[in-house]
Amino acid sequence: MKVTIDGIEIDVPKGTTILQAARMIGPEVAPPTMCYHSELKTSGGYCRTCIVKVTQGSTANPNPMPKPVASCRTEVMDGMVVQNVTSPEVLEARKGVVEFLLLNHPLDCPVCDQAGECNLQDLAYGHGAANTRYEFERREFDPIDIGDKIKLHMNRCIMCFRCVKVCEQITDGRVHGVVHRGENAEISTYIEKAIDNDFSGNVIDVCPVGALTDKTFRFKQRVWFTNPMDAHRNCENPKCKGLVRLWLKGDEILRVTARKDQWDEVHDFICNTCRYDKKKKTDWVIEGPTQVNRHSVISQNHYNHLNELKVQVMKQQKALGFMDINKQP
Amino acid sequence: MQLTNRSRDVSNKEQSFMEKLYLPGLLKGMAITGSHLFKKRATIDYPDKKRDIAAVYRGLHVLKRDENGAERCTACGMCAVACPAEAITMESAERKKGEEGLYREEKYAKIYEINMLRCIFCGLCEEACPKEAIFLTDRLVPTEFEREDFIYGKDKLVEKIDKRIDVSARQTPEVLEFKKIKGLKHNELFEGKKISDKKH
Repeated sequence: MKVTIDGIEIDVPKGTTILQAARMIGPEVAPPTMCYHSELKTSGGYCRTCIVKVTQGSTANPNPMPKPVASCRTEVMDGMVVQNVTSPEVLEARKGVVEFLLLNHPLDCPVCDQAGECNLQDLAYGHGAANTRYEFERREFDPIDIGDKIKLHMNRCIMCFRCVKVCEQITDGRVHGVVHRGENAEISTYIEKAIDNDFSGNVIDVCPVGALTDKTFRFKQRVWFTNPMDAHRNCENPKCKGLVRLWLKGDEILRVTARKDQWDEVHDFICNTCRYDKKKKTDWVIEGPTQVNRHSVISQNHYNHLNELKVQVMKQQKALGFMDINKQP
Repeated sequence: MQLTNRSRDVSNKEQSFMEKLYLPGLLKGMAITGSHLFKKRATIDYPDKKRDIAAVYRGLHVLKRDENGAERCTACGMCAVACPAEAITMESAERKKGEEGLYREEKYAKIYEINMLRCIFCGLCEEACPKEAIFLTDRLVPTEFEREDFIYGKDKLVEKIDKRIDVSARQTPEVLEFKKIKGLKHNELFEGKKISDKKH
């Protein structure tokens, strides 16, 4: 099926959503997402961040769709023409969505452990307005402990349902979900019942905001002062591959998370043993520093990208016939 | 290339009789030195007299307390990441119950250090601070004998509760405008009000 997104044509198999097709083209045209997660079935369709404009439904029916559609839930048709960043209407609508997401979201990024790797922070910075027009009080909850390793800040939750899907699909025996409805909805465990199965820690990684955070890392260090390293170990758990990302400060492992791809999605979920109990450097085989986007705050003051730069400079110098200053005589 | 018109060619020619005497040259030099006795002095007696400095002079930092006397800094790390000289380090801790009067937010800086030998007094930390906690004042960093003494901890940086430091001149019109937005919880705290205990 041929689909055109922002003027770029791509051939995709039947059943692909607009979002997946856009991601195949690249990050320039891919709409941002908050609730969609490719590893979790039936995720997406809640946050409306990924809305796009369909200017031509298909070759058979070239009429445009009347309203912006959620690209994560809309499958492509042959000859579909989609506008994302090229449509001012979509950008305006997305700005509105961000304003809605931020209605009840507190302005506590300086305190929040997610700051620096928060999808909502990136989204608001890229698409949102600086001020809110909301005049009512934000809803407030006390932070609660879900089990002894996870802290839930319901204030920050944007109701993306990703954690609920994780508990449904990745862990056995769902123990937490959404209670109440509409504006009153909140993530909760049944009578604050502790989550204690092997893969429950993954709710921390899938949370796009700082609602679910690791208690073992709580207030330890800002993300951008830690050094991310890719590492692995032979995990006893057959479902866990043991592929992780270590967040180090000096020689100390402050936090262990699953690896995230360029869309900030986890593909290899890790077990709680890997996440919470293996905090010694000898437990892991370290593969090397994580490649962090140069524009991310996490790469600030790290200078990992300088190695790339050095290689480039050396190449240029070699091409120009300069001597290799690093070579021993 | 001639940079100034005061440059002269160096020559090896023999000195004249007057030059060989040296005395006229010596007296000329003494006259120049002596004339300075009657000119206005370039220096001042520093600790007793102080020069006028600009209202926005960037000197020694201060970590401000809020109206209730609680520390404003929440150890968010924005100053440290903004610092071009990498002079700031910090370690955070969680506020315990009963410490609300000491620390304004639920997280606070347990250790906060600025290396004054590294600091270039650019004021980017002040600009980055989202909590109006760090300000540069018109005070100077005193001299020390040991390098370690230039690493200023919280004991030197946090303002004393009975000796508050006025930084109102340093708050930009934009900041003052931002504080007027009532809807932000942030500003609720600025006015020294108690955090509403209303629960959902």
